[in-house]
Amino acid sequence: MSATPTLEHPAPAPAPEDPNRIRGNSVRPGDRIFRGVTRGAGILVLLIMGAIGAFLLWKAIPALRVNTVNFFTYQKWSPDNTPAKFGIAAMAFGTVVCAVIAMILAVPVGYGIALFTAHYAPRRIAAMLGYVIDLLAAVPSIIFGLWGLNYLMPRSYGLMQWLNDHLGFIPIFDNRLGVYSRSIMIASIVLAIMILPTVSAISREVFVQVPRAHVEAALALGATRWEMIRTAVIPYGRSGMISAAMLGLGRALGETIAVALLLSASFTISSHLTEPGGITISAAIALLFNESGAIGIGALIAAGLVLFVITLLVNMIARLIIERRRDFSGAN
Amino acid sequence: MAKRIDVSDLNVRYGSFVAVEGVTLTVEPRSVTAFIGPSGCGKSTVLRTLNRMHEVIPGATVEGKVLLDGEDIYGSDVDPVNVRRTIGMVFQKPNPFPTMSIYDNVVAGLKLSKRYRRAELDEIVERSLRSANLWEEVKDRLRRPGSGLSGGQQQRLCIARAIAVQPQVLLMDEPCSALDPISTLAIEDLIEELKQQYTIVIVTHNMQQAARVSDTTAFFNIAGTGQPGMLIEMDGTQKIFSNPSEKKTEDYISGRFG
Amino acid sequence: MSATIAPPGPPAPSPDAMESLSGRRLPRWAPWAVLVVAAALALLLAAFTAVSGRAGTSLVGIGLFIALQSGWSFAVEGRRHAIDRFATTLIYSSFVIAMIPLVAILVSVVVNGIKAFTPYFLLHSMRNVDPRGTGGGEYHAIIGTIEVVGMAAIIGIPIGILVAIYLVEYGNRSRLARLISFFVDVMTGVPSIVAGLFVYTFLVLTLGFQQSGLAGALSLSILVIPIVVRSSEEMLKLVPTELRESSYALGVPKYRTIMRIVVPTALPGMITGAMLAISRVTGETAPLLLTMFLTQSINTNPLTGPQATLPTFIWDQILNGTDASTNRAWAAALTLILFVMILNIVARLLARLSRVK
Repeated sequence: MSATPTLEHPAPAPAPEDPNRIRGNSVRPGDRIFRGVTRGAGILVLLIMGAIGAFLLWKAIPALRVNTVNFFTYQKWSPDNTPAKFGIAAMAFGTVVCAVIAMILAVPVGYGIALFTAHYAPRRIAAMLGYVIDLLAAVPSIIFGLWGLNYLMPRSYGLMQWLNDHLGFIPIFDNRLGVYSRSIMIASIVLAIMILPTVSAISREVFVQVPRAHVEAALALGATRWEMIRTAVIPYGRSGMISAAMLGLGRALGETIAVALLLSASFTISSHLTEPGGITISAAIALLFNESGAIGIGALIAAGLVLFVITLLVNMIARLIIERRRDFSGAN
Repeated sequence: MAKRIDVSDLNVRYGSFVAVEGVTLTVEPRSVTAFIGPSGCGKSTVLRTLNRMHEVIPGATVEGKVLLDGEDIYGSDVDPVNVRRTIGMVFQKPNPFPTMSIYDNVVAGLKLSKRYRRAELDEIVERSLRSANLWEEVKDRLRRPGSGLSGGQQQRLCIARAIAVQPQVLLMDEPCSALDPISTLAIEDLIEELKQQYTIVIVTHNMQQAARVSDTTAFFNIAGTGQPGMLIEMDGTQKIFSNPSEKKTEDYISGRFG
Repeated sequence: MSATIAPPGPPAPSPDAMESLSGRRLPRWAPWAVLVVAAALALLLAAFTAVSGRAGTSLVGIGLFIALQSGWSFAVEGRRHAIDRFATTLIYSSFVIAMIPLVAILVSVVVNGIKAFTPYFLLHSMRNVDPRGTGGGEYHAIIGTIEVVGMAAIIGIPIGILVAIYLVEYGNRSRLARLISFFVDVMTGVPSIVAGLFVYTFLVLTLGFQQSGLAGALSLSILVIPIVVRSSEEMLKLVPTELRESSYALGVPKYRTIMRIVVPTALPGMITGAMLAISRVTGETAPLLLTMFLTQSINTNPLTGPQATLPTFIWDQILNGTDASTNRAWAAALTLILFVMILNIVARLLARLSRVK
């Protein structure tokens, strides 16, 4: 019996030093390729965004050059005539008005739903209720249009009539024609329903994240539930609420199909919103595109560019708000 | 004047699970009562039943009576909002409202009930912060956010906030466990001052603190996991720590468990 | 520093020792009682005055409910509780308000769509069918939807996943990564019609391709990418760092770690995100109107010539305006909703099941 045991199978010697193996990335060709590919995909995103702006501008310029009136202030749209005359004033008006009314209707209700699922609904069904509201977000916009046209619009006559009869001194409710069909008002109402899930989902996220400690601190001071929400929840969630509203606004500005079906495509600016009429930028593009000639298409592209820029700004601001206020809201 | 609390036959359940069983005790006015015991023994649970805060947890129920100067706070016509106004609470982790300034934090509870004039509010803020021993440190930055203070300062701010609404009783749930020793001492001194005006109940896992600060001590224990917590012994602090009647109390005090 | 003024003592407990704990509260059945009374009053008003109609009566009823409850509460419980009840009522009603259109839409689609929803309808196209008359079906639209959405998925999902991998695994908070992340967020807000317009100008006007299913798919992929990036990013971030580190510690190179370990772990959630993105673009109409217009016949070749999809088919039928085409529109809407809802629900179920770990 020897004192030192001999090993049958000597332990594997350590592999020769390979500096590439120590670091987890960089030098290996597989790594470099993969990293390059993913980075390329990221850069592709930036390129796409830039390309959208660039190409739209490029193809819009020829049409803008032949335009004989001011693109921003002229209301009518006849780019394929000679002389070409087209302007986005009416479209821009419609876009903004529809979006604003939709927001006035949807944002408070959206906040209410978010508070409901976060702090009022019984715990167990709160998540399920959230899903149900999100189902509304899954309904395609064409179906909103179909429903709005065939179901809601006929049934809204009563309300519009009542508004005209009792509040008709306010221009937006005043209907001088007695005709209630496709109008900015009905389009805005359907638009409001469409952006509701957006506003509510994003606000719900912030409301749910309020730390329990603050909720309990408010209650321990002798606050009613609403007072607790006013003191601890809403201040905490303020930046999220603003962001939710702005994202809803962005969605409303860009919505095309439902609005196109519910407006009667008249290129005028009128404050009588329940009268037939109205047009938005996106609806105009959808409705006129396939009947337009070369200049017409260029003109629509120009309008699309304006829409792109506006929605870009709104979305950027919404994101920046949530970034900046994160410090003060105590989210850390 | 500060009130006394009489608890009789208190059972606390979460759903069907009995967390605390058969607690009967008395808290004398203008004194400090400490609840001690190993973790999970139900001392915080009992504390929270004293201002109806445990109700905030869904499924939590209470049987038995909790009398505040003879009035049952669980009576059918009693408003929990009033109970919590009268019986204030300070929590383990300091929780000033992050979006509010120091000033606004102190008056947060006050503003809920009625409109005060600016001068009144200023006075209350100064008084509350002075009695929380925080005034000198923050008097020049009352408008700054409450979250910008150190841990000890935040906790004193929470105490100022709690006493600004002039409660009769102050409940403190391990108020120093998240703080450094110096802040802890500062708060213990504060408790010594406050007890001249308020009835104070403090839950603590730090026995030395209980011995330093309290007049009466209640020892809670739990027979085993899944069993309800129970009050084992309650007596003057001197007696509990030098010559307790129950064996379990003595075991806990001398560190044999917990 | 000597204090020249003795500091005032702590705020004493409220001297009002009689401040009682009891507050008079409304009985538990109070809201229901008010509801019944308000409903009765509203119905009475409907019968005897000009205010009528379902919507009008409901609104009056709700208004009465709020007024009565608030008044009663104010009298018995005081201002604070009255306000609390008022707030509670508003918040509950906001939920109800949201449910009404949802239910109305789903019911409408089912009730109206069922009429024309026959096997014939599902299996035939509109070729040679008078658009204003009855007959025809949506088969071409179904095929088109599957192909176009399928292509959008094949193009958009891998790109989205790659971007997400870059942001999580390689980005390291570099300026490039933050820029990309910011613009991905912004990209989620690009209106779908702008995406269609872009692809049109790029593919058709500049490169000279014709309107086709491929163009449509490209415009949809622009919408798919940001959704997939965001959801994949979330999922990748959830993979614990320890998992990656133990792989590196074994000497596995980074790209292998990502492909063999990280991505498979995050896969269920990523699939959910991808499915949600798909379900969203299945319902898109606007970009397709621009990039591939429409046809009444079956076209299985996405590279040449227009195809129909369910949304554009519905659009076309709505614009026809006759009863027959409206019926077809509803039936196609039913098909579309089934498609979208099934995708949505399966995606969410998958998310919940895989979260069990």
